[in-house]
Amino acid sequence: MSSSEPPPNVPVTPHVGKALPHESAVGHVTGAAHYTDDLLPRYADALHAWPVQSPHAHARLSQAAIDDAAALAIEGVVTVLTVADVPGANEVGPVAHDEALFPEEVMHCGQAVAWVLGETLEAAKLGAAAVVVDYEPLPAITTMRQAIAAESFLTEALVIESGDSGDVEAALAAAPHTLEGELEIGGQEHFYLETQAAIACWDEAGEVFVHSSTQHPSETQEVVARVLGLHRNRVTCQSLRMGGAFGGKEVQANPVAAVAALGAHKTGRPVRVRYDRQLDMTMTGKRHPFLARYRAGYDGDGRIVAFDLQLYSDGGYSLDLSKAIMFRALFHCDNCYRIPNLRVVGRVLRTHKTSQTAFRGFGGPQGMVAGEDMLARVAQAVGKPAHEVRALNFYAEGDRTPYGQLVRDAERIPRIWSGLMGSADFEARRAAVAEFNASHPHEKRGLAITPVKFGISFTTSFLNQAGALVLVYQDGSVQVNHGGTEMGQGLHTKMLQIAADGLGVTLDQVRLMPTRTDKVPNTSATAASSGSDLNGAAVERACAQIRERMAEVAGRRLQVPPMDLRFAGGRVFPFWCAPGHPDHGASSLGFVELAQQAYLERVSLFAAGYYRTPAIHYDEAAGRGKPFHYFAYGAAVSEVEVDGFTGQFVLRRVDILHDVGSSISPLIDRGQIEGGFIQGMGWLTSEELIWAEDGRLATRGASTYKLPTLGECPEAFHVELLPMAAEPAVVKGSKAVGEPPFMLAISVREALREAVAAFAAESNAAPVELGCPSTPEAVYWAIEGVREGRAKQVSAAE
Amino acid sequence: MAESLLSLRINGEAVSTAAPSHWTLLEVLRYRLDLIGSKQGCDKGDCGACTVQINGEPVLACLTLAATAQRGEVRTVEGLSWAPEASQGCHPLQDAFDRWDAAQCGFCTPGILMAAEALLRKRAAVVTRDEVREALAGNLCRCTGYTKIIDAVVDASEVVFGQRGDESTDDSAQQTGS
Repeated sequence: MSSSEPPPNVPVTPHVGKALPHESAVGHVTGAAHYTDDLLPRYADALHAWPVQSPHAHARLSQAAIDDAAALAIEGVVTVLTVADVPGANEVGPVAHDEALFPEEVMHCGQAVAWVLGETLEAAKLGAAAVVVDYEPLPAITTMRQAIAAESFLTEALVIESGDSGDVEAALAAAPHTLEGELEIGGQEHFYLETQAAIACWDEAGEVFVHSSTQHPSETQEVVARVLGLHRNRVTCQSLRMGGAFGGKEVQANPVAAVAALGAHKTGRPVRVRYDRQLDMTMTGKRHPFLARYRAGYDGDGRIVAFDLQLYSDGGYSLDLSKAIMFRALFHCDNCYRIPNLRVVGRVLRTHKTSQTAFRGFGGPQGMVAGEDMLARVAQAVGKPAHEVRALNFYAEGDRTPYGQLVRDAERIPRIWSGLMGSADFEARRAAVAEFNASHPHEKRGLAITPVKFGISFTTSFLNQAGALVLVYQDGSVQVNHGGTEMGQGLHTKMLQIAADGLGVTLDQVRLMPTRTDKVPNTSATAASSGSDLNGAAVERACAQIRERMAEVAGRRLQVPPMDLRFAGGRVFPFWCAPGHPDHGASSLGFVELAQQAYLERVSLFAAGYYRTPAIHYDEAAGRGKPFHYFAYGAAVSEVEVDGFTGQFVLRRVDILHDVGSSISPLIDRGQIEGGFIQGMGWLTSEELIWAEDGRLATRGASTYKLPTLGECPEAFHVELLPMAAEPAVVKGSKAVGEPPFMLAISVREALREAVAAFAAESNAAPVELGCPSTPEAVYWAIEGVREGRAKQVSAAE
Repeated sequence: MAESLLSLRINGEAVSTAAPSHWTLLEVLRYRLDLIGSKQGCDKGDCGACTVQINGEPVLACLTLAATAQRGEVRTVEGLSWAPEASQGCHPLQDAFDRWDAAQCGFCTPGILMAAEALLRKRAAVVTRDEVREALAGNLCRCTGYTKIIDAVVDASEVVFGQRGDESTDDSAQQTGS
């Protein structure tokens, strides 16, 4: 060991790259890990809040005319919050300021118009039921088609066009073949197991303190300050940990915290807000439903020459993050394919529904599903296997996306593809599926492979920054603060690993602190899969500063140039005396001893680290730029078996090969891949949001909204990380992993398409019209569709 | 609201508390006894995050009136131990969940552990993946792909019932190499 010199700053036995369990694993399994609402017992005199929800999707009302007399007469009701109680702005919208906390125009069914505070939750609920609101119902837009007809938009048309204007039309006109398609893509409820929650109180200095289950403490702080009319320095927001978030607590946590803070402001007592599941589902935004219409031009081999895609998203009542979400849909409709002439136009529709919001993938999945739908139909039209047509269109090294970004590491697409086809035994299984289908008239199997290319960075460039604050105490123990929040994705675990290696100490010497706005200010949301990239680099930089200062002290003690010192295993030593070397003990210094010495020598033992992603930019008007720092790649093979009588199906086997760079934490990354895939599978095959005609959400709980359970989990589930995949431009050579695997689940939908197609006669070229989500019901109708096509063909032939 | 006195046995101890008579066991655990390990996920029996045991059977605390729980021995995640007398140390299930990283956000974990523990006790043998699927059919997890949870429960049963290494056909075990 001593003969080979470790490279600078890399400990001999690093924590980075090790398969470690979650940093809170012990707390999780003993029940000792606290989530926001678990803190309630600490606030003995806390009040409980419950909303008065509108029964109308669109209505006018007068806040001043809200009649709370009957509510206040109920024992235990303390007060009713209306707009009159707001000292600051009655406004909680994140980007555009277009969301009233206390509305005079109700914009969706279930919207809170007032909040009742009670000594008990029961009192608050009874009070809310007794509040009288005089609504004047107005006409509501509750479907995307109504919104298009009424020209009800939240954004202008957003456009990306690969060539000059008119190129796409010309290319379509010149294409050997063309086809058209239309696809409605369903939304998705986050269904984080922990519902939205906040507790607000006055801190010891008489200022506002908010515990919030938020992915974005800085914005929650900002919104609370805005509503209370305070400067941000008087509001502290802490996000201890979340019981899942998936984007649903990026901005939707803000009004929850604002109500709690406003209640505390009015009453002087702690106020707790916790949505129950039905409130959460009826009040918070979801993944955007999309409507896609397209035309594609292609040659006889299935090579795409032109793609003209029109996307609409159902943004709900306010802008939220819908514009950036639509942009990400635009950026991902090409997926892994070089399309010489591409035009994609996206527009966000305004409807009278909850304000749809961030959800893992952030529009990328919807754009990608539309692109893959087109590819599959082209394959069917040219009569070639879909996997061959997909591979035929792959990007190659040197290609650029329609928005002008170089597809760096494009070679990884075919490398992953062929590697996975081999490990999944694709060709042999394809033959086996064909054999099965030939002998089973009522059950059909489908096998599909689909790729993923996902751009990493916030496409709003300025958000790509992060900070960390690392503190070393005299006893050598360490606290790490950073701007990212923990929602189960394992961010804190990765930050611990980076910090432990950065200071060369053991994991148990480092404590990861709850995320608070008084430690790191002006943070971005933990979102866009970027939490580890951004905060990890900030933590690393903070540790490097402290290490450099401590090395000066150690260098004097050990009579060694500081640059020759290594920090590892809680000791500091010259690189030629690594652990195992006979002189290691004598010529090294303990980290604890060094920390004490540094203090005595008046050397600072804390540092702020700051990181911003270099060289990213995007020009919205031109539709050109480099919005992403890099791309993450992956592919999945799925095999399904479909029952022709019912449309029921089982997922028989899944194989995944995914690119996470050099994994910082392989166990955690594997969890992100498996969990992302299953969540994507839920979106595409079982989770169906149903809104009634009057705008009421009919699916308000897990009894009517079908989430994946163990029963849907594939029995054979093989996940591999792409080897030799270090990403030099990211901390520790890693790549983001939160969102990209979600889209691997498109392989399930494509496998269903293959199975449905197998119910048609071989000669039937009628396209498979498969709804999305491709629920058993949708699969059933798709089977009926191809059978009808077959019947039509038979009758035409006769 | 009228409160009535409840006498419960929880995690081997006699506990008395006053609570509204319509309260569920989950409400009493969380809001009267500070036993916050049992989670409130859906409030109506859909998600399993509140699963506790009464007389060794997994039950949904959000659908169980606290008053009716007085007749039995209640066990929550806070009382999870393989041998009740040995209150120190990890239950093999807890240990396996840590090793397999079977908890991500951890919110569903206490309920899953209580359902899984009932399975192990009743089967008193190494369990199959299908048995785990059936026993945990009422528990939702939104973070993991469930695979790690199944792996962990099977692994724990192997630790307890001593047939480790006999069945090495499990791909995922090899993948994680724990």
